[in-house]
Amino acid sequence: MKSLLLPPHPKERRIVFKNAWTQGYTPDIDCYVKNGGYEQLKKALKMKPEEIIEEIKKANLRGRGGAGFPCGVKWGFIRRDDGKPHYITCNGDESEPGTFKDRYILHNDPHQLIEGMLIAAYALNVNLAYIYIRCEFPKAAGIVTQALKEAREKGFLGKNICGSGFDVDMHVHQGAGAYICGEETSLIESLEGKRPYPRIKPPYFPAVLGLYMSPTIVNNVETFCHVKQILAIGSDEYAKMGTPGDGGTRVMCVSGDVVRPGPYEIPAGGVTLGELINDVCGGMKPGRKLKAVIPGGSSSKILRAGEVFKIKVKGDDGQMIDKEVPLLDLVMDASSLAAAGTMVGSGGVIVMDDSRDMLWALNNLNEFYAHESCGQCTPCREGVLWIDKMTTRMVNGEGLVEDPVTLKSVADNIAGRTVCAFGEAASWPVQSFLQKFPEEFEVAAK
Amino acid sequence: MSATATTAETKTENTAPAVPMVNVQIDGEWKQFPKGTRLIEACMKAGSYVPHYCYHPALSSPGNCRMCLIEMGTPKMSPDRKPELGEDGRPVIAWSPRPAISCAIEVSEGLGVRTNSPLVEECRKGVLEFLLINHPLDCPICDKAGECRLQEFSVEYGKADSRFEDDKVKKPKRVDIGERIVLDDERCILCSRCIRFMNEVAKDDCLGFVDRGGHTHLTVHPGKRLDSNYSLNTVDICPVGALTSKDFRFKMRVWFLKETKTIDVSCGTGSNILIGSRENKVHRITPRENEAVNSFWIPDSHRLNYTYLHREDRLNEPVVKGEAVRWKDAVSAAAESLKAAGHSVAIIASGRMTNEELFLVKRLAATLGTDLIDIRPRAQKGDGFLVSDDGNPNTSGAKLLGIASGTPGSKLPEIAAGIAAGRITSLVVLGENPLNCGISEADLSKLSSLVVLDILPNAATKHASVILPGSAAYEKRGSMVNVNGRLQRLNRALTAPGHARDDWEILAELLRALGAETASSIEDLFKQMAAATPALAGLNLGKIGDLGVDLKA
Repeated sequence: MKSLLLPPHPKERRIVFKNAWTQGYTPDIDCYVKNGGYEQLKKALKMKPEEIIEEIKKANLRGRGGAGFPCGVKWGFIRRDDGKPHYITCNGDESEPGTFKDRYILHNDPHQLIEGMLIAAYALNVNLAYIYIRCEFPKAAGIVTQALKEAREKGFLGKNICGSGFDVDMHVHQGAGAYICGEETSLIESLEGKRPYPRIKPPYFPAVLGLYMSPTIVNNVETFCHVKQILAIGSDEYAKMGTPGDGGTRVMCVSGDVVRPGPYEIPAGGVTLGELINDVCGGMKPGRKLKAVIPGGSSSKILRAGEVFKIKVKGDDGQMIDKEVPLLDLVMDASSLAAAGTMVGSGGVIVMDDSRDMLWALNNLNEFYAHESCGQCTPCREGVLWIDKMTTRMVNGEGLVEDPVTLKSVADNIAGRTVCAFGEAASWPVQSFLQKFPEEFEVAAK
Repeated sequence: MSATATTAETKTENTAPAVPMVNVQIDGEWKQFPKGTRLIEACMKAGSYVPHYCYHPALSSPGNCRMCLIEMGTPKMSPDRKPELGEDGRPVIAWSPRPAISCAIEVSEGLGVRTNSPLVEECRKGVLEFLLINHPLDCPICDKAGECRLQEFSVEYGKADSRFEDDKVKKPKRVDIGERIVLDDERCILCSRCIRFMNEVAKDDCLGFVDRGGHTHLTVHPGKRLDSNYSLNTVDICPVGALTSKDFRFKMRVWFLKETKTIDVSCGTGSNILIGSRENKVHRITPRENEAVNSFWIPDSHRLNYTYLHREDRLNEPVVKGEAVRWKDAVSAAAESLKAAGHSVAIIASGRMTNEELFLVKRLAATLGTDLIDIRPRAQKGDGFLVSDDGNPNTSGAKLLGIASGTPGSKLPEIAAGIAAGRITSLVVLGENPLNCGISEADLSKLSSLVVLDILPNAATKHASVILPGSAAYEKRGSMVNVNGRLQRLNRALTAPGHARDDWEILAELLRALGAETASSIEDLFKQMAAATPALAGLNLGKIGDLGVDLKA
């Protein structure tokens, strides 16, 4: 945790990570209030709920959980006055391999999350909210529970918060150890005490038929923190930090073969991949060369060193033109990474150097997905385990000539045909590893 | 009842409440469907069959098997949010690049579906391959073989050989999860039909999945068993051989079974069934769909109620005073003894008899000049679902035909008292045990004649002067009226043992011997009955159809 207390890199702009990374900052409410905590809640309670939703929309805040859905649009699905109970749920099931940002917030700055959620609750007419924390974060669950107790004692939570007449309560719910609970409908099933099978959409869109079949908004931990920060900074200023359509900052969790791995809060589009690796993270480990990058959590498609992408950009005359962009010049925002055929996802940047065996790396991911497939729907349940068996056999030197073709075909038969996005999450690595590093698979298939 | 009878199907349509219709394009053709129709149902109605495993018409759609993936599109919207119309005046469809499941989506205006595109074909092949890689492929020893959906869809979407080179997942086998059910988890394709059936229909939440991913398997909840009286329906709806019936297991290949559509006679519900028999032996009974009666289901107690048919002691030859005789002699002996008794005759009929038989019994009573005729009531505690409070399958028919016109069984005390007092000297007992009708064995021996028509021996047969061996319900044709006033048809699945005959034929012979009018065929008999019974006016056995006719409509 020591490296976290380094001063911010010049490319960084710490907003949601500001407190969490300040020397001497403690997760208790006194420390939070002393640093200006709960002021935005007080401000929000004097605003019209529609104004808050409008601010979030204008801020161009995209969800930080992985799918990157515009947060304000999501909130806009809720009809405040439809007479039904509404719920908000914080997705603290941070499980995507390569992602490790939410846990710092949960451990070090729980009140920021609670304040963000309270603002959301007020904006969406929610009287009951849940914070779903994965079971592998038992300490975080304790810290957040304690924070809720403090907030309740200080009148920020419960009946008539801050004298506003608005009632809201909040509870921590601990998961039982399943990656799939990070999928929002599965998280809702789990909250309801059921086996966490993702729901089919349609009809079970959370904003329509969510928790207890009521309209529900599920947002990531970091996303709720940005809500508070948008009110603090103002939506215009916040949006300006990022790129059009992808406002504010994003915590990028860099792991793998760099000198200084760690979470870095950087304005959306504020760095290129090259700057992130070579400047912010101090470059590759000594004597090593970059081989590959998985830019948005383990599910996102892998990129190969030396790749050049054709990306549409605005030319000098205002017309859209194709521009050749080498991998290291790729801007780390939602649209650029999408144009490169991958995604910004949950912000987990996994950097791999030339010592890495791609078959071994893919098999490692396959093992994870085979272990975590919930088993509800056929393609994922059967296909992901099959993929894992194939790459395990290949790693063990028993590859068959047809394995690469079969691997791709099985992945193709999973992606797009499952109940939830896990199907894509598990097949994209297979498809992209095979596409980008075919030679390493051919060698193992003999 | 109108003079012109209609079939069950047209009646349902006429009385259905008006549901708004929507236009859906299926494989290029625009068709209308009522709102609320599931897409898979619309496709099948339009003649485009969509293969499926987890979808079942009477259960919710979990969308887990992914076999019913189709290509779907919604109306293309112009910038002012109005559907763009094509040259044919129909909405232009914006097709989604992703396939969608057709079981969980309801029809909506302007929806487009393709069930036969290359993508759909590819999806089905992909899912089928996935379902088969860990399946044991033990069809030669699987009871489901011949009616297994994995086998069926493999014909169209399967591969001749497998690309799967690795070890299959090992799961529990031969799991005893209930009194009547065995589970093979390796065969299970995790469609969850059985789980949903137990929750949604049988209301006994006892099944669930444990473990995760490729290791997921079905089991009973801790401390629970699959022992509901509806448990065997899970075997019927299991699309594969994961759940098998202990009663049917390893007894017969299904393709050898002759299937006969008839109705259950274990209670007043009259659940529609299929008798699966071979070489005059029943091997299983399965429910037959009828939304107006039993949907797709039947209680275990009822489907297993067939062993009596094959009992060793079935009455199989006519007997007079303890001696086996020819039919002619038995019938004339019975007729003579009844004639000799004059008006001091009573008849105990049965609520298990068909309408046709009861109609003849009524005529017998008139011929003999007695009004001491009744059936034995069988009130029981029903289950509020398919086990009726009436254990007789045809009390309604007996009432309709004027045999139990008051409270069924109300004349039994009078008959018993008459025998005890010697006022009644002759008794006809049809398919009932007189000891269960308030008559003592001592009183039975007082009778000068006791004519018994039955299929199995009982106290009455011991004292009988004449025994006329009849047929069981699954051995004969005829009709019954269930507790809800639905006229339904019995069909013959088996022939009666030995010299036993159809009950209506025996009664007709007896009437002929007594000089009364009879009928020459069961169709003729039904016509006579329909002519004499206003509620049955215009009907015949053919018009009853496989699904019956609601006499109240």
